[in-house]
Amino acid sequence: MMFPGDSLTNLSGQINATPAQRAALIQAYHFNETVFHQYWAYVQHLFNGDLGLSMSSRLPVSSEIMNLLPATIELSVVALLIAMVVGIPIGFIAAVNHKKIADNAILSIAMIGYSIPVFWLGLLAIFVFSIQLGWLPSAGRISLVYEIQSVTGIQFIDILLSNDEYKWQAFQDATLHIIMPACVVAIAPITIFIRLARTSMIEVLDTSYITAAKAKGLSFWQIIYRHAIRNALINVIRHIGLQFANLVTLAMVTEVIFSWPGIGRWLIESIFQRDYTAIQGGLLALSSFIFIVHILTDFIYAALNPLARDRKHGA
Amino acid sequence: MSFDHYKRHILLSLLLASSLLGCNNEDTTSLSTKSIIYCSEGSPEGFNPQIITSGVTVDATSKQLYNRLITFSGIKNDIVPSLAKSWHVTKDGKKITFYLRKDVQFHQTKYFTPTRNLNADDVLFSFNRVLDTNHEYHHISGGNYPFFQSVELGSIIEGIEKINDYTIRFQLTRADSSILANLATDFAVILSEEYAQQLSNLGLHKQIDLLPIGTGPYQLKEYRAGSYIRYTSHANYWGSKPDIEQLIFDITPSNTGRLTKLLAGECDVVAYPIAHNKIIERPDLTLDAVTSYNVGYLGFNTTKPPFDNKLVRKAISLAINKQAILDTIYFGKADIANTIIPPSSWAYDKTLPKHEYSVSHATKLLQQAGYPNGFTMNIWAMPVQRSYNPDALTMAKLIQGDLQKIGVNVTITSNYEWSMFLKLVAEGEHQAVLLGWSADHPDPDNFFSPILSCASALKGNSRTFWCNHKFDEHIQSALRTDNINKRKKHYAQALKIIAEEVPLVPIAHSKRYQGRNNKISGKLLNAFGGINFTEVSKQ
Repeated sequence: MMFPGDSLTNLSGQINATPAQRAALIQAYHFNETVFHQYWAYVQHLFNGDLGLSMSSRLPVSSEIMNLLPATIELSVVALLIAMVVGIPIGFIAAVNHKKIADNAILSIAMIGYSIPVFWLGLLAIFVFSIQLGWLPSAGRISLVYEIQSVTGIQFIDILLSNDEYKWQAFQDATLHIIMPACVVAIAPITIFIRLARTSMIEVLDTSYITAAKAKGLSFWQIIYRHAIRNALINVIRHIGLQFANLVTLAMVTEVIFSWPGIGRWLIESIFQRDYTAIQGGLLALSSFIFIVHILTDFIYAALNPLARDRKHGA
Repeated sequence: MSFDHYKRHILLSLLLASSLLGCNNEDTTSLSTKSIIYCSEGSPEGFNPQIITSGVTVDATSKQLYNRLITFSGIKNDIVPSLAKSWHVTKDGKKITFYLRKDVQFHQTKYFTPTRNLNADDVLFSFNRVLDTNHEYHHISGGNYPFFQSVELGSIIEGIEKINDYTIRFQLTRADSSILANLATDFAVILSEEYAQQLSNLGLHKQIDLLPIGTGPYQLKEYRAGSYIRYTSHANYWGSKPDIEQLIFDITPSNTGRLTKLLAGECDVVAYPIAHNKIIERPDLTLDAVTSYNVGYLGFNTTKPPFDNKLVRKAISLAINKQAILDTIYFGKADIANTIIPPSSWAYDKTLPKHEYSVSHATKLLQQAGYPNGFTMNIWAMPVQRSYNPDALTMAKLIQGDLQKIGVNVTITSNYEWSMFLKLVAEGEHQAVLLGWSADHPDPDNFFSPILSCASALKGNSRTFWCNHKFDEHIQSALRTDNINKRKKHYAQALKIIAEEVPLVPIAHSKRYQGRNNKISGKLLNAFGGINFTEVSKQ
């Protein structure tokens, strides 16, 4: 309702509706009734998966989102995995070397990494790895040469499900395509994970059960492997969900740079085209997605950490 | 099965490693060597070149999906057989009989399976759709056939007659030596009558221009608007079959995006590249260029003073520094235009005097014409980019500077929207206008008649409103004969009249560029018309 223009048009996406169509729309969205009825009708449409028509492509917004969201999920998940695999161990190394040169060096590099704007990093990566070295492709999810039937929308799964004779070539090609955008998206979360893992590890190393383990006569690395890492990880996992929103924002920008056919690129294009139905629908889909991820991480955290479960029972 | 499963498991866990090692060594040829990716600059409007004239659509459809009765071939653009294996023109030039090939098959796709080969009915359908306003398919997709309307094919062709299944006769209202060239253009494609019949039975008429069926070397497999077009080679193509199996148009409107994809090897060929030096520098890439059959010009409104005086027009033409314009606007990527037709056309007269740039001569002429103190004029600069004039506003400013030197003050008009601009110019609001023309086929008449004939002056098409009866007589007689030497003489005379009368100042013939990976060989670009992937091959 805050968008400029006619709110009925903005909701339905019917730009040049005939009077008859318009009457039907007024009926459908209860526009001749009170604001509460209108809102109720709007929410009903939402829950029926009706987000209106895209003003530019004239296709249902919901079907466009269903086509595009998997690509974004794929990119974000791969980036998240990279960030975890790289960031957390480095953070632990920094914590183990607390207040030594290695710690300071890692922190400084993390600061630099966190400060690099993602759009610049993306362009730089294309320049170096695609144009200068020619190692990695610069755009898209897979070379257009391969025809992959979309079943789940997650391309790696679709490739594995397909019966194409060039399946493994396609798989290789898709892997090469995802490396660069995923790494670019991962850079900022890596630095965050470094700091999270470091703080959490330092806290754990300060606790009394570590001192007790030391008193038992365990060696330093035994303490780290058996006691510290597991306890430190639990705290990190709790924050991963919170980082996901940040990650998706980065993914949106990265999608534009690498022509990744995901929801972020589509949303930014829609903003340029003033496609209000698409903007509303896209934002709604993205925020619900992040919402779901947050809930999921809470569940995972609870599953992993008995303390959290107990506290819940107690409350 | 279990082995496969095991392999899959390993692959999933070693996602990165697998990609680098490669796991399918038994495949000797990869799919990418059988496919060509062409990065095009935009999405086509449809898949039938009869109904459009935009370059993007012609590139994507004409030569890939369709054939014509006859076609152009070789450096001299001779007309050679295509779907018609031979043809015969009667002595009076009013009847043309085409004898069709019998072995031409249409595309077999998911949406259509042909039951018969090409015959006269298909030709009849293809042309009647355009010419007959009562035809079932005429008004499908808007009923506009811009190319055919601009060359007035409707008034030249009196009727088309089927003699037998493989013979067809065009009856003309008058002899016209450009008719064959018109029939060989990218727009005069042959569609399938059987397919049209099938769609008509289903009530899906509109599909004919969206899901195309033709006889060309490639057939449509998939089109995702704004994203890509996937063509596969036509298994039963009547001509020599292309070497590649897949032709993909990767629609990349961004200039830098296309350049990056070329440099990174993601596109084999890119349309209209930027940063030419970057491409030339690279040993694995080639920059192709052809001088297009086009001309960018400054046209005078010859009905308005002072441009009703040919001395003034001549003075202006002498005062314009074309070389400076070429360097600034075209970055040297064009040839100076000496007259309206490019030097590669057979009608070009080599004895024509070369363009002269002389401020003193121009001043002298102005004095003779009675304007010793100069005057004030306006130049209308077209508000859009075209290959023949990539930046009309800057060009107008350069001309403004040049004319200052002979005391002529120029005001520039360019703040109209394109269709409004054309309308006002057609009404003669301007004194001088920067415009251009791209030819649809190599017949020189395609330059003379549309730009400078009296007919076009009356209809406001020419924007110079210049009508010279001697000139008109020459181009008319050139059309009435098909003796090429006679035509050459007439056109030479016509060019001479243009040089004397200067109804317009030709400025440049621009070039069309394409970036190409060296793996791709074969001729793709022509001086006119769309890109052609028939003879292309990949290592």
